[in-house]
Amino acid sequence: MKRNVKFVQGNEACVEGALYAGLDFFAGYPITPSTEIAEHLSERLPIKGGKFIQMEDEIASMCAIIGASLTGKKVMTATSGPGFSLKQEALGYAIMAEIPCVIVNVQRGGPSTGNPTHVSQGDVNQARWGSHGDYAIVVMTASTIQDVFEVTIRAFNIAETYRTPVILLFDEIIGHMREKLILPEPGEIPLVERMRTSVKSGVDYHPYLPREDGRLPMSDFGGKHRYNVTGLFHDMWGFPSTKPEIVHGLLRHLNDKIINYAESICMYKEFELEDAEIIFISYGASARTVLHTVKNRRKAGEKVGFIELQTLWPFPYNIIRRKCANARHVIVVEMNMGQLTRTVKNAVEDHRKVFLMNRIDGLLITVSDIRNILRMLQGKGV
Amino acid sequence: MAFKDYIRERFFPHIWCPGCGHGMVLKGMLKAVEKLGIDKNNIVMVSGIGCSARITGYVDFHTLHTIHGRALAFATGVKISRPELCLIVPMGDGDALAIGGNHFIHACRRNIDITAVIMNNRIYGMTGGQYSPLSGIGKYASTAPYSTIENKFDIVKLAETAGASFVARTTTYHIREMIDILCMAISNKGFSVVEIFSQCPTYFGRKNELKTPTDMLNYFKDNTTPIGSKVKEANPELIERGVFINSSMPEYCEEYDKIVAKAKKNTEV
Repeated sequence: MKRNVKFVQGNEACVEGALYAGLDFFAGYPITPSTEIAEHLSERLPIKGGKFIQMEDEIASMCAIIGASLTGKKVMTATSGPGFSLKQEALGYAIMAEIPCVIVNVQRGGPSTGNPTHVSQGDVNQARWGSHGDYAIVVMTASTIQDVFEVTIRAFNIAETYRTPVILLFDEIIGHMREKLILPEPGEIPLVERMRTSVKSGVDYHPYLPREDGRLPMSDFGGKHRYNVTGLFHDMWGFPSTKPEIVHGLLRHLNDKIINYAESICMYKEFELEDAEIIFISYGASARTVLHTVKNRRKAGEKVGFIELQTLWPFPYNIIRRKCANARHVIVVEMNMGQLTRTVKNAVEDHRKVFLMNRIDGLLITVSDIRNILRMLQGKGV
Repeated sequence: MAFKDYIRERFFPHIWCPGCGHGMVLKGMLKAVEKLGIDKNNIVMVSGIGCSARITGYVDFHTLHTIHGRALAFATGVKISRPELCLIVPMGDGDALAIGGNHFIHACRRNIDITAVIMNNRIYGMTGGQYSPLSGIGKYASTAPYSTIENKFDIVKLAETAGASFVARTTTYHIREMIDILCMAISNKGFSVVEIFSQCPTYFGRKNELKTPTDMLNYFKDNTTPIGSKVKEANPELIERGVFINSSMPEYCEEYDKIVAKAKKNTEV
């Protein structure tokens, strides 16, 4: 069968994935290095009858997609560090009101304006903890253009399944790098559509009464059920409440509906772990360097293995603990000050065997960077 | 349909203080909707944060109580996705013009078919009486114990300059006028701004020598006049009420439909 093959940037692959998943509405604001996502969608969305709007700021973009999602649409926005900071309050609203939506953050160097045209993975913890209050959220990433496409589709599926915002945490290299993308035929990758309530018109509908499995069937704004949506703690009708049992129940629900399904949400790839004495853990652009190094070192007979994380949050604690149980060293390779290294240390039995291998200068980690660390651990000297 | 059919009685009594003007605006809005005969299923009411924003909880429409200042941005997302729905956005003066000022001017500029109702009580009531961008000079507030020194916005001029196609001002004293204006605003195909002076006797009045709700309503009566009235010539300090702008301009969603047609045509070629 002739495949539909393209040679595209990561940002374009994200656009392709979103359109494949059924994106109807995008609101955004120009920011490097994510702007191409908005540019391509401004061209592509109207062709399929979808809507694109460039809003007045990052906050408004986040708010607009929440409003659009409530009418039953699949929605997305895209940004980078400074814009991601601005979106945090509205992101918290989407968590509280349980609005399916996808937020892309193509990471650049920070803090502040930082290093807009260079790579960084400095928003890993912000993606998990950035908005105020206790919540759980799904954060996914990718290291190849094909994976960007597939992870984007999965982000929409998870957003619809769990009624939650999902963050796609790419980085400048993945966003701008060009690589082959094989576009599957429609229907090849399963899509999750909005679960709508079966409650009939005129019957009391409880928009915020979760089913036993934690899922909440929705009713579209403009549809047969009129209900209230609020960022305040709310009862099963969506009406504000400060009753302790309601506050407690809702906060538990918001966390449990993600954490309890962590095993099925988490995606990762593993290479050569069986007898690995040294295991690398990485994600995004830096995972490319690690994979290359691991393949080469294996050829040289060194017992090294690699776990590439595609879901960063919820963090796959049990998987990492199990996989790393027999390794002598665990090296976390990331382009930040060790944001995920701390979490890996919490996951493994003995945190002393976990090391950070990083670069924070806006350049991609190189093979020789990793080789040097490896040689030190092997007692060979640099 | 009776006016009562537009509220969610289950959630009353409301949270507003005795004498607050917001309940009068609520009733005015519902009377306007009743008069226009709009199906409840076709109305989406979006609000931000503050005393005014609590209106959404009490009305039997699709209601979205959002975050501070951003109601118009949420409403824009709803409207573009479902242009056939009627969007009404009640806001407070701080909500609309301090934290939400950016969204306000850009919604005006886009002329998107949304009705913004600014319930201007010149104070932050929910947080206990701090001065707002509409307080004006020489007013007292919990954060202005020695009086304010900041100029206030003129909402009408701001909305007009920013590009809204319908701009009006009224007060809670002039309830029939309010209902008529709201009917016109909701019917306008474009962005409509209605500024309604609403009394906050608890915080604004108490600190500014208008201690009772009646004092405040009388203040609205005595200090405003219909647009172009003779009284205004003799007393130029009077604030004008009525419809300032009511013009036909291209509406955002209709213009976007043209973009969709253009995009589809281009790909066919």
